[in-house]
Amino acid sequence: MEGPPSSRGCTSSPTPSARPQVKFGNTTFKTDVYLKSLNPHWNSEWFKFEVDDEDLQDEPLQITVLDHDTYSANDAIGKVYIDIDPLLYSEAATVISGWFPIYDTIHGIRGEINVVVKVDLFNDLNRFRQSSCGVKFFCTTSIPKCYRAVVIHGFVEELVVNEDPEYQWIDRIRTPRASNEARQRLISLMSGELQRKIGLKVLEMRGNAVVGYLQCFDLEGESGLVVRAIGTACTLDTLTNPATFLPTCHSPSKEMKESPLAHPANSHGCRSTHNSPIHTACGSRLTQNLSVSVPTLIYTGMGSAGKDGPFKALLRQQTQSALEQREFPFFTLTAFPPGFLIHVGGVVSARSVKLLDRIHNPDEPETRDAWWAEIRQEIKSHAKALGCHAVVGYSESTSICEEVCILSASGTAAVLNPRFLQDGVLEGCLEQRLGESQPPGCGFCHTPYDEVNTPFPAHLALCCCCRRQKVPDVLLTTIDLPAQAAVVGKGCLIQARLCRLKKKAQAETNATAISNLLPFMEYELHTQLMNKLKLKGMNALFGLRIQITVGENMVMGLASATGVYLAALPMPGGIQIAGKTPGDGSYEQHVSHMQRKINDTIAKNKELYEISPPEVVEEVVGSPIPEPRQRSRLLRSQSESSDEAAELDLSHGKKDAFVLEIDDTDAMEDVHSLLTDVPPPPGFYSCNTEIMPGINNWTSEIQMFTSVRVIRLSSLNLTNQVLNKNFNDLCENLLKSLYFKLRSMIPCCLCHVNFTVSLPEDELIQVTVTAVAITFDKNQALQTTSTHTEKSLQRGSSDNEELLQFPLELCSDSLPSHPFPAVKATSVDDSSFADRCGGWIELIKLKAQSIRRGSMKTSRRLLPPRPRGSQRLILVSRGES
Amino acid sequence: MTSELDIFVGNTTLIDEDVYRLWLDGYSVSDAVALRVRSGILEQTGATAGVLQSDTMDHYRTFHMLERLLHAPTKLLHQLIFQIPPSRQALLIERYYTFDEAFVREVLGKKLSKGTKKDLDDISTKTGITLKSCRRQFDNFKRVFKVVEEMRGSLVDNIQQHFLLSDRLARDYAAIVFFANNRFETGKKKLQYLSFGDFAFCAELMIQNWTLGAVGEAPTDPDSQVDDMDVDLDKEFLQDLKELKVLVADKDLLDLHKSLVCTALRGKIGVFSEMETNFKNLSRGLVNVAAKLTHNKDVRDLFVDLVEKFVEPCRSDHWPLNDVRLFLNQYSASVHSLDGFRHQALWERYMGTLCGCLLRLYHD
Repeated sequence: MEGPPSSRGCTSSPTPSARPQVKFGNTTFKTDVYLKSLNPHWNSEWFKFEVDDEDLQDEPLQITVLDHDTYSANDAIGKVYIDIDPLLYSEAATVISGWFPIYDTIHGIRGEINVVVKVDLFNDLNRFRQSSCGVKFFCTTSIPKCYRAVVIHGFVEELVVNEDPEYQWIDRIRTPRASNEARQRLISLMSGELQRKIGLKVLEMRGNAVVGYLQCFDLEGESGLVVRAIGTACTLDTLTNPATFLPTCHSPSKEMKESPLAHPANSHGCRSTHNSPIHTACGSRLTQNLSVSVPTLIYTGMGSAGKDGPFKALLRQQTQSALEQREFPFFTLTAFPPGFLIHVGGVVSARSVKLLDRIHNPDEPETRDAWWAEIRQEIKSHAKALGCHAVVGYSESTSICEEVCILSASGTAAVLNPRFLQDGVLEGCLEQRLGESQPPGCGFCHTPYDEVNTPFPAHLALCCCCRRQKVPDVLLTTIDLPAQAAVVGKGCLIQARLCRLKKKAQAETNATAISNLLPFMEYELHTQLMNKLKLKGMNALFGLRIQITVGENMVMGLASATGVYLAALPMPGGIQIAGKTPGDGSYEQHVSHMQRKINDTIAKNKELYEISPPEVVEEVVGSPIPEPRQRSRLLRSQSESSDEAAELDLSHGKKDAFVLEIDDTDAMEDVHSLLTDVPPPPGFYSCNTEIMPGINNWTSEIQMFTSVRVIRLSSLNLTNQVLNKNFNDLCENLLKSLYFKLRSMIPCCLCHVNFTVSLPEDELIQVTVTAVAITFDKNQALQTTSTHTEKSLQRGSSDNEELLQFPLELCSDSLPSHPFPAVKATSVDDSSFADRCGGWIELIKLKAQSIRRGSMKTSRRLLPPRPRGSQRLILVSRGES
Repeated sequence: MTSELDIFVGNTTLIDEDVYRLWLDGYSVSDAVALRVRSGILEQTGATAGVLQSDTMDHYRTFHMLERLLHAPTKLLHQLIFQIPPSRQALLIERYYTFDEAFVREVLGKKLSKGTKKDLDDISTKTGITLKSCRRQFDNFKRVFKVVEEMRGSLVDNIQQHFLLSDRLARDYAAIVFFANNRFETGKKKLQYLSFGDFAFCAELMIQNWTLGAVGEAPTDPDSQVDDMDVDLDKEFLQDLKELKVLVADKDLLDLHKSLVCTALRGKIGVFSEMETNFKNLSRGLVNVAAKLTHNKDVRDLFVDLVEKFVEPCRSDHWPLNDVRLFLNQYSASVHSLDGFRHQALWERYMGTLCGCLLRLYHD
């Protein structure tokens, strides 16, 4: 399966005599030496390897180009690794041919070699086979455009462990190059093995592809090398004509009949005692005979179960049956076929601090598996607490420093349409739209829980679109904006950044210190995010990703998300600044000055992002900064204004605005940092979702890029404030640089912006950004597609537009035509941030009132330490909470 | 907070034309940043000085990596590391090989050797072009020279093929190579009024008519030790030029030639009397230049001689350009009527080119 190579541009010596060596598994072939040439041609015969398909999947094809030297040992000029997995798909081409870069781990790319690889596959159909040839892997978190999802099976995960060659005894006596190559080969091998194993699981589920495949390498150092992956198993069907995958029928009533929900049973399966008008409305759609006899509860552990409206309960029961066999009803996808997503609950996340120990038996990586299983279980129960049975937009990550490792997982709790989850029964059902009587633009915003039974204090409002269901005032998710969502204006990238100093420590002490820091960091990141969201005049975050990075002497947190204004959600209130010491004239003046600046910024942002929601909503909420009476107070986690307990009663009353209290320099800085975030220059937009909400006329000019920056902090007098400022500047400058560099692409949007923070050394901070800059046509920006046929044409013509078809985007004229009556002002309100926090935050706050700062940081330990020295801490941040 | 590392890698390699120009002009990063700030870019884009610094650094690094490829432009086309659209590639190459008029005048006709390279300091001081830029331009000349020196076929085509330059720039390089190979003196004070364009024009005419390639005698045996076709002057032709001496040595022939020219030009040119008085001197000058070309040293002085023997005398008598043209045409054509003169073809090959050159050289 091997071809005639020729190479060019090897620059090791003026005229090397090159000879490639081809290796697969343990078999090696060599070509003749081509003497003294920079452009050798070997045109060798085919090198033939006969191997098991298991090896075919695991092993890479290795080509080493040697400089054949008569005097010394043959030196390698460089190597080429070719993953032959893509040749194993049944419908794919069986030949790879072309120029591959010859890479040396020390010198980089040293030339190119032309290789032809051919595979003749005799697939092993044995039931007990260990190979999984032909399963496709897609990293994209949406169904690739040229495919149709027949069934979305669900979560697949696998983990492979090995010793890290860099920590083997032999590493002391071999060259760095040999060490690098050993590692490279191992990584390639482990990755192959991992994918083969994942593939087996997919085949077991009767799928043929993994979408949203996320593969990570944890370099645990002494304790080994862990390769782990998660993904969503799917059965994909190739689309012959991409334009035809659109649903042709949009009549909800018709599809209603096809839906299993249209044959429901009576309602005594649900222990529904709640009878809110909203739920009656839902119930009335599904009154007849509920035959689902699943009296058991969806979430038995939670007291709030069973009190939901019949519709919701029914949905749960339906999906429950589809999901209950599953250990983890998780989906790594962030974009879904229409109708798949019914409700979105909010973000669920869990973190756990672990102490790494040597993996004794690499074939049975039990500890690592157990760690992740624990976290996933945690996530699952959080989702249940939010009244959801599934988690979408799920992802996992780690941060390792010495022997401490933070495992994180996050996702969005959601209620899914059961039809999509049932194997084979409804072949092709993904093409149909769910028969929902709700306007499609707002359905997913509706809360899966109801007002009385919210698992946390929350303020719900009537949906601004349909006026029937309840929606949260702010929605946080890790998924992309659903295609059918109604958005006002454009979205933007919102980041919260935070650093905390940490004392250098060893093992358990270190783990404890980190565990103690984490809740405060999460809280502050959340606060920052919410403040920035308010400042932008928006009410929802998509693609939320919170990254925590541990270093020797600091912990960094970076939260990125794309803010949008969802038409269904109530208008956000403003931000109110409150001074600590009223009466002081100059201070008051300063506060009012700040207030003015903030108000100006909000107004400016609204203009910038074209946020002009319909008047109806405006009326409801009133001015962005309401009367002082209605304010609630937002407390920063470390703010120790204990004497104001009365005002800290956060869960009562109607509040419209966030209140930022500037009672110390810290808070002052926070307010300042809010204002220092510079908006992108005119003509630029940015978001961290795959596509920018609110833009639908992309051109074909695309620039994908990576940018890396490392800064060295001056170690003198390093305080949290200085650290925060440095980190903030680093990120802001990086963004500014990107805008500057790409200015020739204006009008342009940076999509899929992904920041990765690492702390390679004591005083070094490294930030890596990857993103795709896509230009769009400004002139067409105001054209909105009015009919579905037009949309379908557009979708067929452009790959990128799928997510941009918002019925209401940009066209403010169309919005006032909503047939909704104005609602009284009191019914829509903005609860303060505090209301949205889970129980743990409440706890912290209570403490914050009574404990002085300083003592607080060390006094909290949320959970008792686990056996074997691993500290554990789980946090839930709930979007609308 | 100090920056340790700052890089940007795009799918398509981004190239800022302004920064490229600054880099080619040999400015250091800090100078380039200062110049960019002065251009008002900060106000236009709302960027900060830090952003500009980082951007400039990044571009310089890219250019530095590209430079190796620019030395062999065909490599730039085929490499896989930098994705650059073809139009951009052409721009990069063209700009890299573009030279400064002031610089080229200093080195035109000089041997492209290490010795000359050492003088670049002086040239840099004299012309105000940074030493870095001088080096690049010099190395370009030398590189092109080395590649095409030994090559057969049209000089311009060879340059275009190997360096992917535009037609114009390839022609300029052909002139530079031709001058460097024949070591024509261009630096004398009396030649200072001439521009590179003047010389390039002459070089092109000479390549077209006076080299071996011009005659179209492609050697049938590729191994034969024949001179390079376009780069070297046709030795045989230069030898033959001695035969022209008869035009001034034979007094009768000279008188006849003069009377033919005078008859034809009477009343047609404004400087008739001056022409009449100077005819013999001018004719002697032009013919002697031809006769001397057998010696390498005299070949080098060709332009000095032409200016000394023809341009300067005419200029001191204030001949208008048109009169010079009429005179040269008549002077060259009248020889055909000289029955005793047998080397008509040779005269034609010599004077055809020389007339063109002289007319170009005749200006203030």
